[in-house]
Amino acid sequence: MEKKTKGILKPETIRQAVKGSFTRLNPVTMAANPVMLIVEIGSLVVTLVAVRDIMLGRSFGFDLQISIWLWFTVLFANFAEALAEGKGKAQAETLKKTRSEAFANKVTDEDKIENVPALTLRKGDIVIVKDNELIPCDGEIIDGVSLVDESAITGESAPVVRESGGEKAGVTGGTKVLSGTIKIKVTTNPGETFIDQMIKMVESAKRQKTPNEQALEILLIAMTVLFLVVVITLRFFGVYMSVAISIPILISLLVCLMPTTIGGLLPAIGIAGMDRLLAHNVIAMSGKAVEAAGDVNVVLLDKTGTITLGNRVATEFLPAEGVTELELAHAALISSLADETPEGRSVVILAKEKLNLKGSDIKIPEGAKYIGFSAETRMSGIDVGAKQIRKGAMEAIEEYAKPFCSKLPEKVQQDADDIAGEGGTPLVVCESGRVLGVIRLKDVLKHGIKERLQQLQMMGIESIMITGDNPLTAVVIAAEAGVSDFIAPAKPETKLKAIRELQSRGNMVAMIGDGTNDAPALAQADVAVAMNAGTQAAREAANMIDLDSSPTKLLDIVEIGKQILITRGSITTFSVTNDVSKYFAIIPAIFAASYPMLGILNIMHLSTPQSAVLSAVIFNAIIIPMLIPLSLRGVKYKMTTAQALLTRNFLIYGIGGLLLPFICIKLIDILLVATRLV
Amino acid sequence: MPWYLQFILFLVILTGLAVPLGEYMARIFDSKKIRRLEAPAYRLFGIDPTKEMTWKTYALNLVLINVIGLVFVFALQRFQQFLPLNPQKMGPVRWDTALNTAVSFVTNTNWQAYGGESTMSYLTQMLGLAVQNFLSAAVGIAAAIAFIRAFARQSVTEIGNFWVDLTRTIIYILLPLCIIFSLFLVSQGVIQNFHPYVHATTVQGQEQVIAMGPIASQEAIKELGTNGGGFLNANSAHPYENPTPVTDYLEIIGLLVISVALPFTFGIMMKNRKQGWVIFFAMLLLYLIGFSVVAWSELHGNPLLAKLGVEQGLNMEGKEVRFGQLASIVFAQSTTVTSCGAVNCMHDSLMPLSGMILIFNMAIGEVIFGGTGTGLISMIVYAIITMFLVGLMIGRTPEIFGKKLEPFEMIMAMIVILSSSVVQLVLSAVAVSHGFGLSSLNNAGPHGLSEILYAFVSAAGNNGSAFAGLNANTVFYNLGTAFAMLVGRFTVIIPALAIAGTLVTKKMVPKSVQFPTDGSLFVVMLVSMVIIVGALTFFPVLALGPLLEHLFIYAGKVF
Repeated sequence: MEKKTKGILKPETIRQAVKGSFTRLNPVTMAANPVMLIVEIGSLVVTLVAVRDIMLGRSFGFDLQISIWLWFTVLFANFAEALAEGKGKAQAETLKKTRSEAFANKVTDEDKIENVPALTLRKGDIVIVKDNELIPCDGEIIDGVSLVDESAITGESAPVVRESGGEKAGVTGGTKVLSGTIKIKVTTNPGETFIDQMIKMVESAKRQKTPNEQALEILLIAMTVLFLVVVITLRFFGVYMSVAISIPILISLLVCLMPTTIGGLLPAIGIAGMDRLLAHNVIAMSGKAVEAAGDVNVVLLDKTGTITLGNRVATEFLPAEGVTELELAHAALISSLADETPEGRSVVILAKEKLNLKGSDIKIPEGAKYIGFSAETRMSGIDVGAKQIRKGAMEAIEEYAKPFCSKLPEKVQQDADDIAGEGGTPLVVCESGRVLGVIRLKDVLKHGIKERLQQLQMMGIESIMITGDNPLTAVVIAAEAGVSDFIAPAKPETKLKAIRELQSRGNMVAMIGDGTNDAPALAQADVAVAMNAGTQAAREAANMIDLDSSPTKLLDIVEIGKQILITRGSITTFSVTNDVSKYFAIIPAIFAASYPMLGILNIMHLSTPQSAVLSAVIFNAIIIPMLIPLSLRGVKYKMTTAQALLTRNFLIYGIGGLLLPFICIKLIDILLVATRLV
Repeated sequence: MPWYLQFILFLVILTGLAVPLGEYMARIFDSKKIRRLEAPAYRLFGIDPTKEMTWKTYALNLVLINVIGLVFVFALQRFQQFLPLNPQKMGPVRWDTALNTAVSFVTNTNWQAYGGESTMSYLTQMLGLAVQNFLSAAVGIAAAIAFIRAFARQSVTEIGNFWVDLTRTIIYILLPLCIIFSLFLVSQGVIQNFHPYVHATTVQGQEQVIAMGPIASQEAIKELGTNGGGFLNANSAHPYENPTPVTDYLEIIGLLVISVALPFTFGIMMKNRKQGWVIFFAMLLLYLIGFSVVAWSELHGNPLLAKLGVEQGLNMEGKEVRFGQLASIVFAQSTTVTSCGAVNCMHDSLMPLSGMILIFNMAIGEVIFGGTGTGLISMIVYAIITMFLVGLMIGRTPEIFGKKLEPFEMIMAMIVILSSSVVQLVLSAVAVSHGFGLSSLNNAGPHGLSEILYAFVSAAGNNGSAFAGLNANTVFYNLGTAFAMLVGRFTVIIPALAIAGTLVTKKMVPKSVQFPTDGSLFVVMLVSMVIIVGALTFFPVLALGPLLEHLFIYAGKVF
């Protein structure tokens, strides 16, 4: 699935976020973010100092400006969090509303249509949705095709096609049918639907911190404590050296040193990550699962549907000796006309191409009798009059043709073996006991899968292909696609065993599954994605659900998981290296009056001590909103080796974080002086 | 030989000795076999050497032996007048000095508020201080070995047996090295006797008292165990402690060698020798950065003295003139990076910028080789913080050497990194703002600030060297530095053991997934982390102290 671009933020969301940044000033709410709580206390103290100055008629301009910018620091941080939360929540709220008001056309047991409230629908119910109606619940299309507007959840305005059968059968409650009539089988009970889970997720994102967030927060709190000590003791060292440092300046220094940038943006990064997952139509059951996705180092991929196109495709006709290709093609065509399996269809397409019949509609001959495929005969075919055409596995046809010829012609045998050896499936065609030749059925790789697997490998992620095919077939596809390993033939138990085995060696395993028999393996995997179209058992065992039921989604999820962590790490590094330049702004400003020689530390040549402190504080405040887009979007992530990734991020956010404030603080200083604010 | 060649030769010899020693230590601690030498010790104390301990039991036993040591050394000083081997008839040591000294030797700090030759009886020196020199060094090494096991093992709860680690360190490592080193020192003229002090008349006709004592046996462990507590007050600047250039050279190597060897032990035990070398290189890089600043600052000399025509370029004030400039600088840099604290020159006579580096060396938590064991521990804790950020920046939940880092490990790591810094700053701030702190100062202004800061940084860093110029034998400084020493020692060792205790239970992430921590990128990240954390913590106070003094000297003002 392509990445969906988010629409421009609605003014309403921004208005809500602005409101939210003020309501969050409540210290009880702030306590969830200790770093910002300390900034808030600092702002309050400086404000009180400024008020005292005003009352006593002292000069108050500087302290007042400092206090204003400190408040902005807090508000900006609140705004980031409120904005991130608001984006998901606004969607959830609207959906919640539409859902509770929605009605559904339920098909009753007597095949009558009854209009019932959407909330009364249960799993297994069947509803009909027509043009311009809201889909009342999550479900699977069992009949019909429609164009659906899913913008309410995904934010993507272009409508998508949803149809019965295959990957596109899943629909989500709250989305709207634009055209077409569809019959939907309800797959979830009230309270378990996508919207319910989305609301839960948005709300839990606020309260629950993931272990990694907790660990990072410990680091941030520790830094805050350290800088508190640095700043408080500095006052005493100052007194010893006969330098009096005012409270507002000390608090400014403290706030500048504290990791406010990452402290302010940390909640937003986590929530935004969940939002990005939503944009990919994936619901995560917990933030922890998303982070774990970043850690995954082995992915189990089903061959069919993930690595290869769902079905094998006919690619070649290999006639027997004395038979022309056209003859074979014709027989194949006739025998497959009634064959509704994807393989059968692909034979028709190839035969039409060979016979130059493209586009023309070929009817099944009158009176023909279609013989369907069965597990016992392992072949299918058609009887037209006395003519019996059969196609099927080599052994089956050999058995079938026995009465007519003792064994398969040598060339056919040879071709069939070659095809199997190359990973394809040979389909032998036989007309009334005469073996005409072989059809080559081949697994075709999905477009772009090879590159993605390569990228995974570069990131140190192993891909293991799972297939029910025989090892001979599997090895060819595995080599063609470039997977690290494969398991063939795999049974549901083998999956579970493989995951346990991998985990015992310390691996983090991700898998995607749909069937009930996948459930145990899903429950065991560290990151388990169930397809929305999958069975309830699979969905319950998983920790993520993919609404598009697209197997390659796993790769997107891994990327998003990594992106969240990278964004956190990069902004933390940025926040820390920023401190160096702030020292060079504030320390000379504090001491230069008493010890002019310390002015050599003023390498930015800031104009006055006041402008220096104020510039640092302003930079510290406005860097937060400047980085909001980055934290909502996530740091750009390129699949590459860990070293290359680290070097890149260290250069941009580490070294960049060291240099950028020097430039910005200087610019702010120039601006302040020009506007005579100091 | 030009000085830089001498210096390179010194580094080569040091590394050449440390690598095999590291290998030897790894073999000692990895060995399952109980040898004949150690077995009697276990039998005597009823210890089952095959039974391993969880981190809590390990830490408890470690604390226990330190508490016993503390009480014993304190009592020995208070009652030395009743005990034998006291030819100078030394009286009981004042209570606060005795407490300070007991803490100091138990924590491997060897901060000396007392003058050895005028306070301690031979018995106190030998039974109290020398024994603790061995024990404290061994405790540090044992803790480091237990810490290393967190990365060498997986999915178990035990980190080793404290008594076995301790016994082996003493019997197989410290004692043999010390015996060889002591005999060599005696051959060079370091004295070893129980004589009363000698009274001599100098050529000018003045009366001089020459202190005697069993010095050689203590001198060896003083360096090897990174203890640094001199038998005599002048420490390694005294000819009886450090008689010849050869002893000077070897004392520097001695005080570094075990700490330099431990990274290699680490690499071998965790089965990645390259990792050991990488930690070594990170430490060496930090050592060289500091050394360059000190060397630059000293070789540029004191502009004020140059103006007086006293010196040409070099700053010779307070230097060990018998061995020359380089020896003093290398000794100073080496003694502050390890937690040794032996000195062969008066650090407050160094140029201010050199003093700043020495303070920085200790303030960052003694990670540049550091104290025996604790240096490696602290460096790996810095590596934990580094890998936390590295992990995030490459999009993985952080891990170090294959072990996942979770909130518990981060809390403990932050305690290790923060607590000494906090104590150093807070106690210095208390000292500069109260009469009882200021009255001990000999110098005013920024130099005074450096002296006070140096005292607490040295104590909390468990270094024990002094800047001189500060009368530290007062109740305030004795109690203050004792507190700093305890914090500096146990908020490193205990949280480190806790980290080991949880990491050892974790499964190892496969090698293919780990970020390669045995390359140059990791060295750069680790070194940057150490410098940035240190600089962010101490920038303001160092600016006000040594940096300001440096600027004053160039402006023509001294304190």
